[in-house]
Amino acid sequence: MQPGKHPGSDAVATKGWWKAHQWLLLRRASQFGILGLFLLGPLAGIWIVKGNIASSLTLDVLPLTDPYLALQVLLAGHSLEVTALIGAAIVLVFYLLAGGRAYCAWVCPINIVTDAAAWLHQRLGIKRTAQFARHSRYWILGVTLLLALITGTLAWELINPVTIVYRGLIFGLGLAWGLLLAIFLFDLFVSRRGWCSHLCPVGAFYSLLGRYSLLRVSAVARSKCDDCMDCFAVCPEPQVIRPALKGEAQGVGPVIRSGNCTNCGRCIDVCSKDVFRFDHRFDNSTSKPIAQKTEVMP
Amino acid sequence: MATQDTGKTRRGFLVDMARTACGVALLGLGVGLYSRQAASLPAEALRPPGALAEDDFLGACVRCGLCVRDCPYDTLKLSELGANVANGTPYFIARDIPCEMCPDIPCIKACPTGALDHGLTDIDQARMGLAVVIDQESCIAFHGLRCEVCFNVCPVRGKAITLDMLHNPRSGKHALFIPVVHSDACTGCGKCEKSCILDEAAIKVLPVHLAKGLLGRHYRLGWKEKEQAGGSLVTPDTEHSYTLPEGMRYDYEGRGLITEESAGAAPYGDDPLETLKRGRGGL
Repeated sequence: MQPGKHPGSDAVATKGWWKAHQWLLLRRASQFGILGLFLLGPLAGIWIVKGNIASSLTLDVLPLTDPYLALQVLLAGHSLEVTALIGAAIVLVFYLLAGGRAYCAWVCPINIVTDAAAWLHQRLGIKRTAQFARHSRYWILGVTLLLALITGTLAWELINPVTIVYRGLIFGLGLAWGLLLAIFLFDLFVSRRGWCSHLCPVGAFYSLLGRYSLLRVSAVARSKCDDCMDCFAVCPEPQVIRPALKGEAQGVGPVIRSGNCTNCGRCIDVCSKDVFRFDHRFDNSTSKPIAQKTEVMP
Repeated sequence: MATQDTGKTRRGFLVDMARTACGVALLGLGVGLYSRQAASLPAEALRPPGALAEDDFLGACVRCGLCVRDCPYDTLKLSELGANVANGTPYFIARDIPCEMCPDIPCIKACPTGALDHGLTDIDQARMGLAVVIDQESCIAFHGLRCEVCFNVCPVRGKAITLDMLHNPRSGKHALFIPVVHSDACTGCGKCEKSCILDEAAIKVLPVHLAKGLLGRHYRLGWKEKEQAGGSLVTPDTEHSYTLPEGMRYDYEGRGLITEESAGAAPYGDDPLETLKRGRGGL
């Protein structure tokens, strides 16, 4: 491996390290920040947020509930108290606007682990790993919902790594570290980006939710692309980039419209030509001059 | 499951789908079976007040831990991965920290999903379990010693646990103060189990379905029926009568055979020798 030839090294050279890691750092700040808010109560006795990502109460007024969990409860044949319904509605609306899988990139703790595995995977130069079909996650999503319907319990929650790890970090880890390690090793040696981008039903749920979301990444300056492929190398869902980046000839707009895009913004970071930026989904005309617009923050 | 590049022909597509479907079905089977096992709550793990029946609870609880956070006594815990309580659900162990039965029941108020029934507003109506004096061999009250700690710490004092006074056959003159639990008042808070003075509690809170018996529905308790009806519902027994010598009668209430004073000298005296000396003529 040649040092200095990793994806993003060009961007570091032209834009500087900070600018080439801007969104990554913001994302980590968001992930750790949210976790920190939850931990502030049990560790420091400052109760800003109570609960965990399954359902929480902020400042004793704002309820937030994971709509995926709420859906499982409803399928299991139970009604919800108004608090959970309001909480789920708020979260639902937020991700409808911000991009469903922004949950994966900006909130989910597993993402940190799988990003680390993918990074190490690249550094170690592991070439061949098993590949699952990307639609597997929708099947698994279907099975988790079906299980709730058949068993009348939240069966998936018994092994759902996302909620188990988050809850573990706040309420006591138990053996949840083993689950984290398993996912790390799975992503590193068994299947590259296997968990988050191919199997996780939580991600699948938020993919569907984010199908029509307002906030999107746009390859707005795609004519400047020099085919370095760095964005494809870092993207957890590289299949979403091609239509937007290379679709000009087919009359496809520059906005990445796939619900699988996690709005992580890593492609913006690693592009030395500044092809990408955050935009809204309707800013998608094909023959667009490269105008300077204010960035839409996530 | 499927590889990504083989979805081009119809056959490839179908094989892909079949693979994914089989893999996912296996996963579903595994998780489904595991969920059946995970539904078996250990007897010592008690759910918070107002918790739905276990099967329903596991479908309604999202494992957020808000009840745990609002419990002022740190009674409630969330099950950690690997523990024997369904992962992430709230429970408490009475012998560690029992439920203090807050009148405003903050844990129920905190529950966003209704897995803890918001209809329960009177904590005395909670049924988290049922206390059982499960080891009469080691409970010192059964040895005739005065303890009564469970009776005295009970938040529903005098109703959920009463003391039955029984004869002490060992000493012959003392009473046994036997604790008796009444299911119509016991909330299953676990304070009795917590404070039992033994090394291992002789009174334990068990899930109601383990602790409670059920009399066959055809049973009728005669004296209660009689009381309700205001009189016997069956033909009264005719009183048994003995054929007795003149001047004697029999008291059924307890005194037994009675010799009337006016009946003259008893045929047998207190001293059998005297009777013999009298000979046949004496009779």
